[in-house]
Amino acid sequence: MKSLILHTATRLMIGILILFSLFLFFRGHDEPGGGFIGGLVGAGAFTLYAIAFGTDLTRKVLRVDPITLIALGLASLVVSGVIPLITADPFLTGKWLFLEWGNSDIKLSTPLLFDIGVYLCVVGFIVTVIFSLEEEN
Amino acid sequence: MDFLSLSIIIVYIFLSLSLLISLIRVIIGPTLPDRVVALDLIAFVVISMIATYAISSGHPVYLDVAIVLALVAFLGTIAFARYVILRAGKLREDGHA
Repeated sequence: MKSLILHTATRLMIGILILFSLFLFFRGHDEPGGGFIGGLVGAGAFTLYAIAFGTDLTRKVLRVDPITLIALGLASLVVSGVIPLITADPFLTGKWLFLEWGNSDIKLSTPLLFDIGVYLCVVGFIVTVIFSLEEEN
Repeated sequence: MDFLSLSIIIVYIFLSLSLLISLIRVIIGPTLPDRVVALDLIAFVVISMIATYAISSGHPVYLDVAIVLALVAFLGTIAFARYVILRAGKLREDGHA
């Protein structure tokens, strides 16, 4: 859509939308948020870009095909489920790894990997749908 | 009743009134752009209602809902605007053809 206001606003908004989607994603385990809602907001950013600048430029910004994002997300889900099998725990058991780095401790876990998978699946799915709707016209 | 809860009740009353008035505009709105602008207004009234509820309930978590809605609500309006432009172009083509 050719509009100077929309183009300028999109350049400002896309950063805020992606930042907020990452914020929602990383807050997700104990408080409201998580992979799904973060993925929805992140997909909203790319939807806005696709409406403002067209799908060709959006594919260039996204760098990977959205269907590849769905595949990566599903692979991440499978890996998060398989990791606890190594220690003979049931499939999809939450495994935590606590690292200390300076004064802060980093908590890595398989639920985080699972959430990354959900995020990528949601972004990939919605962007695929929006692209095919846009390219229909 | 202290001042804050009184003003929250007044804010709810006025927001509900403006929601009702925008709904009437959506229903009777003579042209499509009128309805689109009224729907946009409804989205922002709902955002204000959520923010007011965040104050009155004391849970700041609800403010995140308002932020997400504010970031996403205009997407629908932009999509409607695109549709209006496409329809206007089609009407113009039909008129000249």
